[in-house]
This record gives sequence, C-alpha cells and structure tokens, in this order.
Amino acid sequence: MAVADTHEIHDDHHHDHGEFIAHHFDGPEQQFDSGKLGIWLFLVTEILFFGGLFVAYTLYRSNHPEIFEQAHVFLNKYLGGLNTIVLLFSSLTMALGVRAAQLGKNKNCAVYVLITMVCAAVFLGVKAVEYSHKWDMGILVRSAFNLTYTHPAPVTSVGKWLHVSDYLVYISVIPTLLLVGFLVASLMGKLMEKNVFSKFMLGLSIMVGGYFLGVGVGLIFMDVAEGGANESHASIQTADQPLMLHAMTQETREDASHDENHDKTAESHPAADHVDGQAHHEEHAHAGGEAFSAHHPDPEKLSRNVGIFFSIYYCMTGLHAIHIIGGIVVLSWILWRSLLGQWRSDYFGPVDYVGLYWHLVDLIWIYLFPLLYLID
Amino acid sequence: MSDHSENLPAFCHPASPKLLYAVFFALIFLTLLTVAVSALGPPMGMPRAFAFPIAMIFATMKAFLVCAFFMHMWWDKGFNILAFLSSLLFVSLFIGMTLMDTSHYQDTIEAFDVQQLTGVEIAE
Repeated sequence: MAVADTHEIHDDHHHDHGEFIAHHFDGPEQQFDSGKLGIWLFLVTEILFFGGLFVAYTLYRSNHPEIFEQAHVFLNKYLGGLNTIVLLFSSLTMALGVRAAQLGKNKNCAVYVLITMVCAAVFLGVKAVEYSHKWDMGILVRSAFNLTYTHPAPVTSVGKWLHVSDYLVYISVIPTLLLVGFLVASLMGKLMEKNVFSKFMLGLSIMVGGYFLGVGVGLIFMDVAEGGANESHASIQTADQPLMLHAMTQETREDASHDENHDKTAESHPAADHVDGQAHHEEHAHAGGEAFSAHHPDPEKLSRNVGIFFSIYYCMTGLHAIHIIGGIVVLSWILWRSLLGQWRSDYFGPVDYVGLYWHLVDLIWIYLFPLLYLID
Repeated sequence: MSDHSENLPAFCHPASPKLLYAVFFALIFLTLLTVAVSALGPPMGMPRAFAFPIAMIFATMKAFLVCAFFMHMWWDKGFNILAFLSSLLFVSLFIGMTLMDTSHYQDTIEAFDVQQLTGVEIAE
C-alpha cells in the first residue's frame, strides 16, 4: 500500500466505533496506521540507542584489532549460534502469531505468542550459562577483569548438588521464585474458577520453564562443543570432574603442593603461577584432560585492555538481554489479550507493534552474533 | 505474496505461512553458513581476513529478510520504511564521523604504557 490517502476512509465516515477503536480516530485503519507510525518511530530511537554501543565497538575494534583477536577466544561461538537460532525461531512464531491475530484466530495467536515467550526465556537461560561461566573465570568488565582460567568450586548447596556455577544459582533465584509464584497463582485461579487468569498464569509458568530449559540446553551444548575440541575454553560440565576432585581435595592438595612436584602446584594456583605460565599450560593440557585447553593464551601475554572488549560485550549483550526481558513483559500483555479473544481483522495493532519490536530485538542480535562471537 | 481475502480490511495483510517458513529456513541456512565460514575459513582459497566481511554480508542479508517479510516492510507504507532507513543513515553518520576523529589521546596512552613497562611495577 502506498502512502495512505486519508480521504478514502471518510467515504463511510461512521461513528459507531468498534470496541477498541479510540474515539479520536476516524476508524480502525487510521488507528492502526497511527500506531504503526508510532512503533516505527520508537524502533528508530532503539536503533540510535544501540547505535551508540555500535560506535564504541567500531572505534575500539578499528583502533585495537589485537584486543579483539585475544578476547574472542573466550566466547563460545556454538552457544552464540544456538541462541541465534532460538531467536530466529521466536521471530518465526511471532510472525505466525501476528498472522493468526490478523485472521482473528485468537487461540492460535495465544499459542504462537507463548512459544515466542518460551524462546525468549530459553535465550535468557543460555545467556545465564554463558555469563556465569565467564564470571567464574574472572572475565568481567575492564575494571574487574581478573582472568583465572579456573572455575572456583561451588559453595552453595544447590551449586554443589547440581555441579554448576554459584553465579548460575544466584541468577536462577528470580526465575525460580517467579515459577513458584506463577504456578500458585494459576492454581488459585483454577480454584476460584477464573479460567482465563489461570490459563494466563500457567502460560507464564511455562515461559519461566523455558529459562530452565535454556540453562539445561546451554550446559549440555557447552559440553558437546568442548568435546568437539574446537572450543578453546573450559565448560562448567567438562570442568566438572577435575573441579569436583579439586573441590574435595583442595585443602590437602594445598598442603601437599609445597613439597610435591610443579604440576600439583600449578593446579592449585594456576593464576598465581606467573613465572612459567606457558609451561603450566602445556602441562595442564596433558594432565588436566579436556578441562583446560592448550589454546589458552598465556595470561602474561594478554593485553591489559582485554577487559575493555568485555566491557563492550557486557554492555551490548546486557542491553540486548534487557530488551528480551522487556519483550517478555509486553508479550505477556499480548498473551493475556489473546486469551480474552480481543483480536479481529480490523483490530490486531498491538500484536503487530509488539511483533515489530520483537523482530527488531532479533535484528540487533543478528548483528551482535558475528560482531562479538565470530571474530577471527 | 499474501493471501488477501475479500473480507479483510485493506490494512490487514496476513503473510502466507509458506513465505514465513521459507524465510525462517533461509535465515537458519545463512546462520549455519556464517558459523561454517567462521570455523572452517572462507571458501575457494579466499584469504582468512575475508571471513569477517562475509559474516557481515550474511548478517545484512538476514536483516533484509527479517525486515522485509517478518516485519512486513514489503507491504508497509513508504513513510515508515523511510523513517526506518533514515535511522540507519544516522547511525552510519554517527559511526563515520566519530571514526574520523579518534586516537586523540593515543600519545598519552602510549606514554602510560611505556611508563608501565619501564616502571618498577608491571601492571597486573
């Protein structure tokens, strides 16, 4: 459709506005077009918002390409690829959801929107695995960057029980509380015979379940990627065996390491072992099996500014993750209204607008993935 | 492109599911291709340095597919498309203009590096 001829819709200028047509609009089409222009302008501000970070990235990369060469080995391109596919799939279901709303098929729309929300939560779960893995290794923003290559043994009981990073446990506290809350609310709704509310809350619980699915898939995926030996950093899973052993024997080993051979010392204090880090890494590659790969750059040879790459990485992916969370919130609103059956062929604007936002979040990830994960 | 039936209002353009699925599979294909190029190196004996531009070209192709079909830009009003494309223009201006004026403090940074290296204490 070309630029709208606004006079066209005056032909049947009626004022028996439908249920959701605001009175200041001439009709559904004008309302739809206004909303659409509004969401496009919002997306423009979003692009400019992210544009600032892309400027930081471009400047730093063009001036210091060596930092990017050194830093990218700490990112797992297979996990990034997995997340890309999850987001692309969520974009497909979102587009199908918009189509369902356009045809007035509210039930289908609710299902598609829910799948989109689950994908969003899976994305966050994988991201949680990625982030916690980096925090464990001391890969933080520049001011806190303190690379250790090792994973500290979990301290929390859940961390010990599941053999996962403590940070992952901390991050997962909120989703766990949400899951319990949504399930209880769904049950309450059922008991009080508020069916739509109960369904909605059940949908939200399924969505939060997606987060835990993402965590599980992320952990397994990291494991598999490690096995392929293409990846250059240790995963939580593969580090499990030596890590647990390490945890159980840490105290005795530290005592023993003073009079034992160099290999043991290196295992107990890998980061502190500045003198011959290279030797340590070679030894480790043989002794420690899959856990630590020989691809690791020597910490002494890393630029002091490698952390700046991770400052940029955390800002870009963090802002993107905030957008994913925002997307989940607005998608729940769409889910709620789908369950109420409010979409019709002449009123589906909100689904379309939220869909556009969701596709933009996907679009930004399409660029973030090669820019951050595929540096070679 | 869209199965536009008679009883739908003029502004309602449901995209055909076939098209949406085709776009999705094209996106997945391009993603896998990008990862393959990054992992195995560019094809046909191209230099290694080409991997990154190739990845960006694929990303732009993916962005086009998402914009045109998932975001319905193909059927959208010209003004909306103009607004969207103008944001890309402004971002490229932002990046381009800033790139022309960098390294102003590079001397200071290098002096600091030298001081760090020659000083008693080597950083971190």
